[in-house]
Amino acid sequence: MSAVVAVPSVRSGVTIRRADRRLGVLMLAPAVVYITLLVALPFLLALFLSLTNSSAGSLDFSFVGLRNFRSVVANPLFQRSLRNTFVFTFVSQLAVIVMGNVLARALMKTFRGKAIARFLILMPWAAPISLATLGWLWIFDSTFSVINWVLKVAGWLGPRDWYYWLGDTTLAMVAIITIHVWRMLPFSTIILLAGLTSIPNEVREAAAIDGAGTLSRIFRVELPMMRPILTVAVLFGVVFTFTDMSVVYLLTRGGPFNSTHVLASLAFQEGVLGGDVGRGASVAIFLVPVLLVLAIVMLRSARTAEVV
Amino acid sequence: MPARAPARRAAEAVVHRATILFFIAFAVFPFYWMVVTSFKQNADLYVGATNTAHNPFIFNLPPTLDHLRLLFGQTLYLTWLRNTLFVGLVVVAATLVLAVPAGYSLARLTGRWGERLSIGIFLTYLVPSTLLFIPFSRLVSLLGLQNSLWALVLIYPTFTVPFCTWLLMGFFKSLPKEIEESAMVDGCSRAGAIWRMVLPLSVPGLLTVVIFALTLVIQEFVYSLTFISSVERMTVSVGVPVALVRGDVYYWGSLMAACLVTSVPISILYNFFLDRFIAGFTVGAIK
Repeated sequence: MSAVVAVPSVRSGVTIRRADRRLGVLMLAPAVVYITLLVALPFLLALFLSLTNSSAGSLDFSFVGLRNFRSVVANPLFQRSLRNTFVFTFVSQLAVIVMGNVLARALMKTFRGKAIARFLILMPWAAPISLATLGWLWIFDSTFSVINWVLKVAGWLGPRDWYYWLGDTTLAMVAIITIHVWRMLPFSTIILLAGLTSIPNEVREAAAIDGAGTLSRIFRVELPMMRPILTVAVLFGVVFTFTDMSVVYLLTRGGPFNSTHVLASLAFQEGVLGGDVGRGASVAIFLVPVLLVLAIVMLRSARTAEVV
Repeated sequence: MPARAPARRAAEAVVHRATILFFIAFAVFPFYWMVVTSFKQNADLYVGATNTAHNPFIFNLPPTLDHLRLLFGQTLYLTWLRNTLFVGLVVVAATLVLAVPAGYSLARLTGRWGERLSIGIFLTYLVPSTLLFIPFSRLVSLLGLQNSLWALVLIYPTFTVPFCTWLLMGFFKSLPKEIEESAMVDGCSRAGAIWRMVLPLSVPGLLTVVIFALTLVIQEFVYSLTFISSVERMTVSVGVPVALVRGDVYYWGSLMAACLVTSVPISILYNFFLDRFIAGFTVGAIK
C-alpha cells in the first residue's frame, strides 16, 4: 500500500530562485482566487445572512441582528436536531472505530480472496450516498422489509408484532445510524489498515519478547502508536457524518413527527424548502464551532507530524 | 501447551473467516438486495414480509428484465446520466486547470509560506456543502443560473479543487527534483520542463485526480438537489431518488436497477485508485 507520501521538507524554500517564485505565485493564483471567491467569501456570506431576514423570493433584506438565532434556539425542533446531530455522529463513529479496528486487523492477515474481500467491503464508501440510502429505504420498507421477514422467521417477531422502521422514532434513529456506520466503516477501516501496516514488525516482536499478551500489545503498544492515524480516521468520519443531510433527507425527511432531523436537514428545510434564507443560515451556522474544533485538532496533528 | 496450539490456531482461523464474512455480508447486503429486486417479477417482489413461507432472498419466479426495460425506455435515467457526465467532464477539466499548477507550485516553488497555504487549502475541504448551499443559492440567483447545470459546474470545483490540489502536491513532491533540473540544464525554461518532463511522468497522479473528481461529482447530492428543479436537467444522484418516484408509487424494481447500474461501475473505478486517495487523507499521520 503506497500510503506514505513524501513528507515535505520545509527547508526547500531557501533555494527557490526569484523567477521560480514568481512563476509559483502565478500558478497558484487561479486556484487561490477561486477558493477565496467560492469558499471563503460564501462562508462569510453565510455568517452574514444569518443576521438578516433575507428570503428566497427577493434579493432585498434588512439586518435583524441576532433575532434569527434567538428564535432558532428557542425552537424545540432545533434543539432536537442539534441533539440528533450529536447522537448520530457520536454513536456511529464509536461503532465505526471499534468495528474498523476489528476489521482492519482481520484484513492485515493474508488469506485467499483477500483482494475480492477488500473490494466488497469497500463498496459502500464508493457508491453515491443518495442511491445507497435509497437501497436502505427499500430494506426498511414498512410492508416489505426483509429485516422483518428474517425476524419473523427467526421467531423474534410474533404473529401480531411488526417493526415500522421509519415510522417509529427510535427505530428510525437506529436505521439512520446503521446507514452512517455502513457507509463510514470502509473508509475508517482502510485508514486504520494503513496505520497498522506502518507499525514495524520488530515492535510486535519486541512486545512479545517482553511478555506482553495479545490484548496488552494491542492496547499498550499498537493503539498508542496509531494515535495520529486514529485521529485522522475519527476526524474525517466526524466531519462527513456531522455535516451530512442526504441520509436523513432521503430516508425519513426528518420524520416521523420531525423527530430525526439533523442540523443540515433542518437548515435545508428552513432555508431552501421554506425559503427563509436567514433562518436556514443561522441553523447551519451551528455546524461551524464543531468544524472549527476539528480543524484545530487537525492542524495540531499536522504540526506534530511535521516535527517528528 | 504444544498439544493445544494446533487447536487454537484452527479456532483462530475460524474466527478470522467468520469476521471477514460477517463484514462482507454487512457491506454487500444492500447491493445484493438491489440485484434481487432489479430482476424479480412484481408478483415475486411485492409479497409482504408477513408471509414467512415466501423466501424473499431468492427468485421464486423466473427473473425478468422488465424493470430494466422500464428504466432505460420510459424514464429519464439516460438523460440524467448524460447530465451527470456533462457536469463531470467540465468539472474535471476545470479541476485540472486549477489544481495541477497549484499542486506543482506548492510542491516546488513556494517554500515555507506555501506549506502553510497548502494546509489552509486542505482545510477548505472541511467546509461542508450543507453550510454553503445557502449563500450559494444567493449567488446562483444573482447570476441567473437557477435550474441550470452551469450552476453545478460553477460550484462543484469548491470540493474537487482543494482535495485534488492536495493530492497532486503530494504526488509532485514524490517525483525527484532532478527531472526538471536536468531539463533546465539542457536549456528548457521551468515552464517548458514542467510541460515536457513532469506532466508526462505525472499521468498516474493526474488519472487519480480525474477519477476522484468524477466520482465526487457523481456522488454529490445536496447542491444538485438545491439548484436543479426541472426533471430533465437533474443529475443521476438526484433524479433517481426524487423523480423516479411517481407520486407515492415506488417502482422498486426500476429504482434498485438504477442504483445498481450507477453504483457498481463507480465502486470498481474507485477501488483501483483507493490507495492514492487514502494517501491524500493520511499525509503526515503515517511516517
